Amino acid sequence: MKKAFVLAALFFSWAAFSQEYFPVSEGVKSVNSNYHALTGATIQVDPDTQYTNATLLIQNGKVVAVGKNVKLPANTVIEDATGLYIYPSFIDAFSTFGVNKPKSLSSNGRSPQYEPTREGFYWNDHIRPEVQAVDHFSYSERDAKQLRDAGIGVVNTHHADGIARGTGLTVLLDDEGSLAQRILDTQSSSFYSFQKSVQSRQSYPSSLMGAMALLRQVNHDLKWYQSGASETRDRALEALIAQQRLPQFFEAGGNGNVVRALKIANQFGLNMAVVGGGDEYEYTRELQALGGTVIIPVNYPDAYDVSDPYLAEYISIRDMRHWQNAPANASILEQNKISFAFTSHGLKSPKDLIKNVSKAIERGLSERTALSALTTVPASLLGKQATLGALKPNMQANFVVSSAPIFDKDASLYEHWVGGHKHILENRNTPDLRGSYELIHSGVTYGLEFGGKLTKPTLKATHEEDKLNTKVSYSEGQLQFSLSNDNGTLLRFSGVLDGEVLSGKLLDNSGESRELTLTRVAAYTASEKKESTSSTPEFYVKYPNVGHGYEALPEAQELLFKNATVWTGEEILENTDVHIRDQKIYRIGQNLESKKAQIIDATGKHLTAGIIDEHTHIGALAVNESGHNSTAEVRMADVVDPKDLDLYRNLAGGVTSAQLLHGSANPIGGQSALLRLKWGETADNLLFEGADGFIKFALGENVKQSNWQSFNRFPQTRMGVEQMIVDYFTRAKEYQQLKASKQPYRHDEELETLVEILESKRFITSHSYVQSEINMLMKVAEQFDFRINTFTHILEGYKVADKMAAHGVGGSTFSDWWAYKYEVKDAIPYNAAIMTNAGVTVAINSDDAEMSRRLNQEAAKTMKYGGMTELEAWKTVTLNPAKLLHIEDQVGSIAVGKDADVVLWSGHPMSVYSKAEKTLIQGAVYFDITKDKALRDAIAQERMHLTKLMLDVKASGGATISPVQTKKERFTCDTL
Amino acid sequence: MKHIYTFILTVLSVALYAQQTPAQPQSEAIALEGATIHVGDGSIIENGLIIFENGIITHVGEVSAKIARPQNVVQVDGKHIYPGFIVPTKTLGLVEINAVRASDDTDEIGEMIPHVRSLIAYNAESQVVESLRQNGILLGQITPEGGRISGTSSIVQFDAWNWEDAAVQIDDAIHLTWPSAFRNGRWWAGESRGIQANDNYSNQVIEVIAFLQQAKTYLAGSRSPVNLPYQATAGLFDQSQRLFVYADGEREIRDAVTKLKELGIAHIVLVGGYQAENVSDFLLQHQIPILVQNGHEIPELEDDAYDYVYGLAARLHQKGHLVAIQNASKSNFQVRNLPFYAGHSAQYGIDKEDALQLITLNTAKILGIADRYGSLEAGKSATLFVSEGDALDMRGNQLTQAFIDGRGISLETHQTKLWKRYSEKYAKQN
Repeated sequence: MKKAFVLAALFFSWAAFSQEYFPVSEGVKSVNSNYHALTGATIQVDPDTQYTNATLLIQNGKVVAVGKNVKLPANTVIEDATGLYIYPSFIDAFSTFGVNKPKSLSSNGRSPQYEPTREGFYWNDHIRPEVQAVDHFSYSERDAKQLRDAGIGVVNTHHADGIARGTGLTVLLDDEGSLAQRILDTQSSSFYSFQKSVQSRQSYPSSLMGAMALLRQVNHDLKWYQSGASETRDRALEALIAQQRLPQFFEAGGNGNVVRALKIANQFGLNMAVVGGGDEYEYTRELQALGGTVIIPVNYPDAYDVSDPYLAEYISIRDMRHWQNAPANASILEQNKISFAFTSHGLKSPKDLIKNVSKAIERGLSERTALSALTTVPASLLGKQATLGALKPNMQANFVVSSAPIFDKDASLYEHWVGGHKHILENRNTPDLRGSYELIHSGVTYGLEFGGKLTKPTLKATHEEDKLNTKVSYSEGQLQFSLSNDNGTLLRFSGVLDGEVLSGKLLDNSGESRELTLTRVAAYTASEKKESTSSTPEFYVKYPNVGHGYEALPEAQELLFKNATVWTGEEILENTDVHIRDQKIYRIGQNLESKKAQIIDATGKHLTAGIIDEHTHIGALAVNESGHNSTAEVRMADVVDPKDLDLYRNLAGGVTSAQLLHGSANPIGGQSALLRLKWGETADNLLFEGADGFIKFALGENVKQSNWQSFNRFPQTRMGVEQMIVDYFTRAKEYQQLKASKQPYRHDEELETLVEILESKRFITSHSYVQSEINMLMKVAEQFDFRINTFTHILEGYKVADKMAAHGVGGSTFSDWWAYKYEVKDAIPYNAAIMTNAGVTVAINSDDAEMSRRLNQEAAKTMKYGGMTELEAWKTVTLNPAKLLHIEDQVGSIAVGKDADVVLWSGHPMSVYSKAEKTLIQGAVYFDITKDKALRDAIAQERMHLTKLMLDVKASGGATISPVQTKKERFTCDTL
Repeated sequence: MKHIYTFILTVLSVALYAQQTPAQPQSEAIALEGATIHVGDGSIIENGLIIFENGIITHVGEVSAKIARPQNVVQVDGKHIYPGFIVPTKTLGLVEINAVRASDDTDEIGEMIPHVRSLIAYNAESQVVESLRQNGILLGQITPEGGRISGTSSIVQFDAWNWEDAAVQIDDAIHLTWPSAFRNGRWWAGESRGIQANDNYSNQVIEVIAFLQQAKTYLAGSRSPVNLPYQATAGLFDQSQRLFVYADGEREIRDAVTKLKELGIAHIVLVGGYQAENVSDFLLQHQIPILVQNGHEIPELEDDAYDYVYGLAARLHQKGHLVAIQNASKSNFQVRNLPFYAGHSAQYGIDKEDALQLITLNTAKILGIADRYGSLEAGKSATLFVSEGDALDMRGNQLTQAFIDGRGISLETHQTKLWKRYSEKYAKQN
């Protein structure tokens, strides 16, 4: 029977793959329309439906019937699958199977390239929607086997290169048959990412925010092109238009990029599935709001090898915590009702897929959702839920046959049927030799116990009380084993299982051999599953999810500061009380009382408005989009990093708001983001609500690229800077007129932004140093009938302070920086005082993550250099920057009705001896010096705890990796 | 506002009688009477009297002292007198504008170049140096950068015609950047930016020790033919020169001190010492002084306390270490903030006079010039200044007079001149 069966299976699989309309020259045209049935199995039809003792009937690669009472036609090959489990094959919707990534162009230190290299396509080389992965596809049996062994029967693969990557194809991992059967869909879906193509050196976009702006522009251009307005052909846009109805996949990655991608998708009504980085559990707040489906990898990080205490210090709590949390990712998404699929992408080997999904199940993921995420969800994402992902009639006969429920530790995958073709992973008809045997040789008795997996038995051997070392191999019914102790090999055996008897040849260490039969004395019993002694690791996140995060988000409180020296902004009031309620300053006075408010004794302390840093680069994942000389379309708000510890450190220095500026790589930079430093909030919740929009411009050495080797971008001189800016505003004006004329126009994100400036709806903060360029920009603005809002750095502002006052522009400067480059050789620390005297609104800013946390000291320097009064000096970091940012009605001073953004200082706020003790934003305490002490203890405790867990992993032989510090790049204007 | 401004200008034009031309040697004895004297050794004298002649302090005490005054007695009631602040480990005068390569003489090529001497490249007319005097920084250790052994420093005073005039201690020390057991990720080669183990550390240490061992062996022999690098290390082994070792990590600090002491180098100064607290007992036992990184740095590790660096010098001082402040990692113009680094330290459990030592007497001791500089004591150089208020606080640091070796120096600078010029321009417009 058994042999007949194998033959039948072979015949069945051989016969199926000729194509019906192909001529046959090497024999007769033979068609096999036999049925095939697996009976007696437990069949998981879909995540919600399971039949026990059921039959699966298939024909021509499709499911014909499934259930308990399936009628088998006469021409059915029947296979007994009693006791086995059948599941639909897994689908990996995000794969690069069979498509090689192109090799990177070598960078040979040439000047940056600004122009595209292609003709007849989009203006940006990184938009490559015309690429069809199927043209680059070759089926790899080796890789297919790896995926099949992991349970994956279908992949959706693509050419992983560029921001728009073109179309992918859906492939059946069926080694039988030809590409004609394997490729289910040649253009199944389209793919995107934030990563540039390695095939072009075109500079733009050089940053994450640039990639985001580009994606927005492409989508606008698409609509415009579709309307037929373009006079030229663009094969990239045409390809994109053709792909609009396809399923879309976006490789976003971790660190909040899933949120960034989904926001763009939502803006343009695109139904995108976004591939994450495994840390989506941190973004549940945003993902719930955005909707959509994420695709998550299961490449959990290994524990760090913390055995070297010196090196271990460099690992951050955030990384250690992620190690503990990563396997809980899927479970947390499920709890938060966020739809997701799994991908094997990112795994070192696909074989870890089931193992790692099982880990997710250990951490609370339901098996039902796990199965959906491997089958029905990816099938739906591909729009193929009617044919893939389940085992219903007429669907593809793609399924795995398992010895046990698939997520059980001991489960063996025996077979993987793809397209109706059986691929054997392990021979489930292997005779079961497991059990106990006794071996007696030369009067010595050895106990043998075979256990483990049926197809890969393990052997334990004992001699009296001693354990012996064993080696065993078992395949195709042939058994070999050897026993050894410290003195070397004792015995070797080679034989076969014959009923209950192992029959073969024994060799001992003297070289003597004899025939031997071993009789099974006891049957195999699976060892009881050991109750796991280690409890399930705890999942937790903090706000934000770093070492210094809070257990819960700070909330607005009702507080009464008693007996403080209060700096209102206009005067200094001794022995004064300030009552904070409903996020606002409620009352200021003496002997105030409140029953509800928490009383804070501020005797001997000073209470001031929170510090506002007009120029910062903290809390950002990028600073410069240097790919073009104008990048008005990019937005710092796109790349806010709420986990940057510098935000907390700034709070500890009394900073409550800060303007996140684009860098100074180009004359027209990107749009600024005004932040409230609400430690723990999401990126979007850090944005100062309702604030006016600003944009960074820059002049001087940085924009003409004086201090590094780059000679091919216009402008290279201050003369060119003027012409470039005039050119852009001239074009913006024309664009504005075209729009006003109601004629069709191409929506241009860059010119839209410039029009906002022309219409005084967006305001310029311009990086500037020397007097000529300062004067120039004011004249250009006047030429276009608007005003520059703020000059930042403005180190020669003192030379044109009268002109600045006349123009109405503010100055946001350093207290005492100079001599670091040629254009600051005349920078003087008296600048702030001279400009103030001339009637300019002056702020002292940082442009430096360290300096910003002691801007109170920097403000004090204006008293030393130039003799500003205390009140005037203090305004340079509070009310004046508030004015420059148009938020002086809400923040910048202590006045009834204003936001309760206040700082309690241990002494005079501008004394070198004072420190911030409490920092409040809208009535919530975001920094408290006593809480900070508690955080330090908590960090030490957590580090000890996680270190111990990691040491345990190493001690128990688990995989570890060498520690590497995750280092954030710290930005200034000049960072490229 | 405007009248305050005019007032300051007036003060300035009266006080700043001299140009930036170096001052003449002290011609007559001077007494400063009525100020609070911050001695620099941790003590303070209210209503003090200080007399100096021929560049040397002859008397420090209270005004009430019955002692003969010289003819020139300056009343400085309510003001504060400090010893001139001293900045170690800086490239002052070796670079004028960081981004202008032609103005940069800080880093010679070569890994082990103790023979390269900073002094001869020191620009006594640097505008950056000039700007420091206004804040009370009157002495500095001019130090080459780069490589493993960067070269030899000299100590200068900040009012001189040329480097020969400026020199206070010639070739005082050799500067060694100890290898790091960890290295930054080569991000351009696809590694993470973060820190990871430096597999090459022990080899790099061996190279350093081998070089010094070879030098020592060379010096014990006939010294012929002459080997300039080896020759230049002679002072390390005859104890006339100090070795400044730049190291921050616990492991590196232990390795450096142990191995260099074994070689017979007596005067070792630790520069950096980010983790010095973790090896405090070891450093105390070996009596290694520490030049701590200035406070105005962000903690190196994400999970470090936000004020870890702010309080580092103070904590080490409290543990009994000989500590002074350096800001080697910062641009030279930042040296004018040296007093404020010290003031900031006083937030962390040490008093203001202790904080003052971090930039005066302790620095002088560590540099080996405490017999002449660093505190206001009879017999020491009259290198001092008068300030309107607390010179460690931004609001109080207003110099009215400054003296180097008794010479009353100009407090005018390129910057004060521009201030004056443009203030006058606007004053005339109104």
